[in-house]
Amino acid sequence: MRIDRRQFLKILGIGAFIGVGGWSMFEVVSKREIEAFVERYKKVPEALQAKRWAMVIDLKKLDEKIMNDCIEICHRIHNVPALLNPKEEIKWIWKEKFKYVFPEMKDEYMPEEIKNKYVLVLCNHCENPPCVRVCPTKATFKRKDGIVMMDMHRCIGCRFCMAGCPYGARSFNWRDPRQYVKEENKEFPLRMKGVVEKCTFCYERIDRGLPPACVEVSKGAIVFGDITDPNSEVRKILASNFAIRRKPKLGTKPSIYYLL
Amino acid sequence: MLELVLKGSQRYWAWVIFLMALIGVGFIAYLYQLKVGLGITGMSRDVSWGLYIGQFTFLVGVAASAVTVVLPYYLHNYKKYGRIAVIGEFLAIASVLMCMLFIFVDLGQPMRVLNVLLHPTPNSIMFYDMIVLSGYLILNLLCGWVILTAEKKGAPPPKWIKPFLYIAICWAPSIHIVTAFLYQGLPGRDYWMTAIMAAKFLSSAFASGPALLVILCMIVRRFTNFDPGKEAIQTLAKTSAYFLLVTIGFYLFEVFTAFYSGIPSHQYSIIYLFKGLEGYTKLVPVMSICILLAAIGVIILVTPPLRKWEVTLAIGAAATFLCLWLEKGISLVVGGFIPNPFDKVFEYWPTIPETLITIGVWSVGFFVLTLLYKIAATVKEKAIFDKYGEKQVKT
Repeated sequence: MRIDRRQFLKILGIGAFIGVGGWSMFEVVSKREIEAFVERYKKVPEALQAKRWAMVIDLKKLDEKIMNDCIEICHRIHNVPALLNPKEEIKWIWKEKFKYVFPEMKDEYMPEEIKNKYVLVLCNHCENPPCVRVCPTKATFKRKDGIVMMDMHRCIGCRFCMAGCPYGARSFNWRDPRQYVKEENKEFPLRMKGVVEKCTFCYERIDRGLPPACVEVSKGAIVFGDITDPNSEVRKILASNFAIRRKPKLGTKPSIYYLL
Repeated sequence: MLELVLKGSQRYWAWVIFLMALIGVGFIAYLYQLKVGLGITGMSRDVSWGLYIGQFTFLVGVAASAVTVVLPYYLHNYKKYGRIAVIGEFLAIASVLMCMLFIFVDLGQPMRVLNVLLHPTPNSIMFYDMIVLSGYLILNLLCGWVILTAEKKGAPPPKWIKPFLYIAICWAPSIHIVTAFLYQGLPGRDYWMTAIMAAKFLSSAFASGPALLVILCMIVRRFTNFDPGKEAIQTLAKTSAYFLLVTIGFYLFEVFTAFYSGIPSHQYSIIYLFKGLEGYTKLVPVMSICILLAAIGVIILVTPPLRKWEVTLAIGAAATFLCLWLEKGISLVVGGFIPNPFDKVFEYWPTIPETLITIGVWSVGFFVLTLLYKIAATVKEKAIFDKYGEKQVKT
C-alpha cells in the first residue's frame, strides 16, 4: 500500500490526537481515583479532630523531672539524634531559661526563681507561620487542623525557614543523623543529612486518636485541645487565667500558651 | 566567536590553568561537604547562613551593577561607555553564575534543587529570586553576545535587540530588590527588618560594581591591546564615589534609628558587629577593617586629584570593593543571626573547607569572566574604531 503525503499527515494527526487525548484521559481518571481513595481513607474514625490545635503549658506544674520526661519520650519516639555539639543539636522540645524564652520581659527586679526558671519550648505551630510563608517548595506547610508540618522528603535544605522562624524552633541536619539515634523507632521515619526538622505536634499520634506524647507524660502540666472550641479545656483555662505567648508583637499568633 | 578563547598568550594560559586548579580544589572540598554534610562549615543552628549566602547576596549586587554602564550608554547615549558596555554585561553573566553556584553549594539536599520548579511556591521570595536571576542571566547573555557579534562584523547591532536592552535595564534593579526582600521580610531578625534594606543593597551594589569595573578595565588595558578609555574609567569611578557615599549614609540612618529610638533589639546586631556583645568579638576586627577601607575609598574617590591619578584610583576602587564585600558578603548575614531568637550569642567563623569551596566558586566566576573578556578584547582589538569613530586600540 502506498500512501501519499496528505494521507500520511492525516494518519499522523489522528494518531497524535488519540495519543494525547487518551493519555490525558488516563491522567485525569487516575488522579481522580487517587483523590477519591485518599478521601475515603483520610478520615481515620478514631483520629482526633480540631480546627486549630493548641497547647497550654502551666509553668507552676512543670518540674525538672516532667520536663525531662517530655523531652525524653519525644526525642525517643521521633528518632531525634543525640548530637551533643550545640552547633549541630537537633531539638524538637527542650528546656530554656525563662529570661531567654521571653527576652522582652527581662527585668532586673524580676524574682531570680522566675528569671532562671526552666521553661519547655517547642515549635509554636503559629496561626500565621513565617516558615511556611518563606519555604520555596512547600516542604513546610500548615495542616487544616493548624499543625505546621514538615515534609522532610521534599525539603531542599535551603534553611530559609530557620531564618524566618523567630523562635529558633527549627533544627537542621548538619550531618547524617542516623548514627546518633540510639534505638530506632521503626514506626517513625529516620531523617537524612541536609534537611530541616522540628516538632510536628505528634501528628502521627493525633491521627490515631492519641494526644501528643509530651502531653501524655506531663502529669497535667501541659493541656492540649482545640482552641476554636469554646468548650475545650484549653479555652476554659485561657478564659480564667492570665496566659502569655512568645513574641506576640510579631503577629505570628503562636498556638502555645504559657501560664505563669 | 567562541574559538577565540583557544588562542592566547602564555600568560593567558597560565592564568586559566591557575583558575582551573583553584576550581579543582574547591570541587574536592565540595565533594567532602556533599559526603559529610554542611556540618563541615562554620554554620550552626543559630547562625544558619554564612559565607555562601553572603557571597550570593554580594554578587547579586555586582551583577545588578552592570546597569550603571548599560543605562548611560543605551538610554542617554553616553558614548564613552560604548566600548565597555559589553564589559559590564559580561561581568553580570559571571556574577549571576556565581550567585547560582553559591545557592547550590549552600543547599543541604542539592539533588532536590529542582523541587523549586516542581512545587512552585509564589508566596516564597526565593521563587521570585529564581525567576529574576535566571531571566537576568539570559538577558545579559543575549544582549552581550548579539552586540559583540555585530561589532565583530563591523555592523550596527540589529534593531530587534533594543527592547531586550531596555528590559535588561529595568530588570537589573529587580534582582537586587528581590534579594533584599529575602531578608527584610523576616519577623524577629531586627538587623534585616528595615525598609531601607533594598535601597541600601542597590546603592552598595552601584558602588562595588563600578569599583570592580574600574579595576577590570585597568587589567584589560594592561594585558590586551583594547583600551576601555580613560574617561570611561573616570566616570565609573565617579559613579562608585557617589553610591559609596549614599551607602554610608544609609548605614548611618540605620544606626540613628536603632540608637535614637533606644530599642535594644534593634541595637544588638550593630553593637555585636562594631564592639562585640557579651564578650563575643569575632567580627569586630572585620568591621574595623571595613571602616578603614571605607575611609580610604571615600577619600580617594571623592578627591579629584586622587581619583584622576590612576595609581591611587586603583587603590581607592579596591578599597571600596573590599569594604563593601566585608559589609555585605560577611557581616550582613552573620550579624542578622546574632543574637539568636533567645537573645544569646553564638558566633560564626568560616572553616577551611568552606573557604576553599567559596574560593572555588569565585574561581569559576573569574574563569568564565576571563573567557568572556578574552573574546570581547580580541573582537575589540580588531575593530580599531568604535561606532562613534573613537579609537578602541592602544597605540
